[in-house]
Amino acid sequence: MQPHIQVKNLNVHYGRTHVLKDINLEILPQQITVIMGPSGCGKTTLLKTLNRFIELVDGTRVTGQILLDGQDIYSNDVDVTEVRKRIGLLAQRPQPLPMSIAANVAYGMQIHRMKSNRQEVRKSVQHYLEVAGLWEEVSHRLNDPATSLSTGQQQRLCLARGLAIEPEIILGDEPTSALDPISSQHIEKRLLTLKDTYTTIIVTHTLRQAKRLADQVIFMYLGEVIEAGPADAVFNHPKVERTQQYLAGLF
Amino acid sequence: MKKKIHRRYLAEFVARVLMIGSFALVALILGLILWTLIQKGLPSLTWEMVSQTPKGGFYLGKEGGILNAILGSLYMAGGGTLIALIFSLPIAIYLNTYLGSSRWGNYVRLVLDILWGIPSIVYGAFGFIIMLSMGMRASLLGGTITLTLLALPIMTRAMDEVIRRMPTDLSEAALALGSTRLEIALRVTLPQMLPGILTAVLLAFGRVIGDAASVLFTAGYTDNIPTTLFRPVASLPLAVFFQLGTPFPEVQQRAYASALILTILVLILSIGSRLISSRLNKYTIK
Ligand SMILES: Nc1ncnc2c1ncn2[C@@H]1O[C@H](COP(=O)(O)OP(=O)(O)OP(=O)(O)O)[C@@H](O)[C@H]1O
Ligand SMILES: [Mg+2]
Repeated sequence: MQPHIQVKNLNVHYGRTHVLKDINLEILPQQITVIMGPSGCGKTTLLKTLNRFIELVDGTRVTGQILLDGQDIYSNDVDVTEVRKRIGLLAQRPQPLPMSIAANVAYGMQIHRMKSNRQEVRKSVQHYLEVAGLWEEVSHRLNDPATSLSTGQQQRLCLARGLAIEPEIILGDEPTSALDPISSQHIEKRLLTLKDTYTTIIVTHTLRQAKRLADQVIFMYLGEVIEAGPADAVFNHPKVERTQQYLAGLF
Repeated sequence: MKKKIHRRYLAEFVARVLMIGSFALVALILGLILWTLIQKGLPSLTWEMVSQTPKGGFYLGKEGGILNAILGSLYMAGGGTLIALIFSLPIAIYLNTYLGSSRWGNYVRLVLDILWGIPSIVYGAFGFIIMLSMGMRASLLGGTITLTLLALPIMTRAMDEVIRRMPTDLSEAALALGSTRLEIALRVTLPQMLPGILTAVLLAFGRVIGDAASVLFTAGYTDNIPTTLFRPVASLPLAVFFQLGTPFPEVQQRAYASALILTILVLILSIGSRLISSRLNKYTIK
């Protein structure tokens, strides 16, 4: 299988601190890749390099390449909004936009001029709310403020909003850590049904969740990728001692 | 154990009594002011009062109205608030995006707070001196500029707080969807901040429209309706001041009526902007 994303010799510095060290990865399409590792090892930073959020932080330096379908997203002739349009992001805490439920989903389609009339926008709003498993709960109050939803519902709204820009990739930085178990389950279920259509990369701290979701696992430690490979291999026969220790819950 | 709980409830009770007491006191004073205005001003508040300029002998109790002062105040306060808005929004944005909570940023905030606290007569005197040195005389322009200066620190600081309370994740959420900076500014940041901006504008407008000292030297007074920027112009606070200073009871009553008009103007604006604000507020992120 052709990798969707290739990370080559990626190094990231925050000022003087060397946060990501010589990262080389290949991320496959139609699979869920789970990134694990202790706090502070650089998981969030790695995700941020993928949608170029890293450049929003002052004093960062990125070297190396990230190829999306073979094209370097950091090259000068690449439009950053186009890169981000191809990548949907689920943040740790859902952050709805200050508008109605329907407008949140419609926003991306509107700024990218993806639909030619209101009718189509409305249809797509319903479609993506259904995909995110939220439609039944909100169909009667689409014009209510998005903030009137519960946190779990807001996260599903953010999923719908992200999918509505028709990305190829879904990034999730601990997307269920602020949610209750039922809402987490909802999100997990959606990610599993969506994985055939998208390239999915999820950061998580819960081993159980990782085992439920992962097709591929990346294990990071102190800014380096220590071990990466198919879930079955990494979970059941880890090659590196650190990974074994982490999986055993030693740190 | 029991005793401790008891004490906590007592503290709670005392605190509540104090709060309700202060609230009642302020409400009472406000009520008294309004009552005085209505009682003394309402009898003289005629259609003539708001639709005519002073006729000969107006200040002796003869016919006429204070349309000159109403228009003058609206022009000066409206203009001053508008110009202050044009300047304060960029200042507040600069203060937040470039200075933040740095040492310089806090110096600027301190200066603005001091400017906010300076008595308006100082603004009046300052404006007057500048105008003198430029060979300008008391005029609508002079008054408007002085009120702009008066409004500027109030509005800037109020907006500074509005922008500071802007959730940082919000623009990231919009960026992640592939928004440009302009799209974020227009479709996310502005709607989120609009209610707060409106409040800031109103706060400044309320302060400057009621201010007498700053326009005393800089705008002067006239019985004519303002038609040019370069002539003196009347204002409501000075209308109150002058009429109250006459020895005639009828004229003094009209001073209260003028004050009532001023109050009603501010009231209408406050209620109006409240209504708009609560509309806009519906979707903002708290
Ligand atoms: N803006 C920043 N400036 C300087 N250093 C930073 C910045 N953000 C992160 N770091 C540092 O970079 C390292 C990696 O941080 P990162 O947020 O990627 O870790 P993480 O693996 O996501 O951790 P967690 O599991 O706690 O979320 C940490 O040592 C952190 O202190
Ligand atoms: Mg993190």
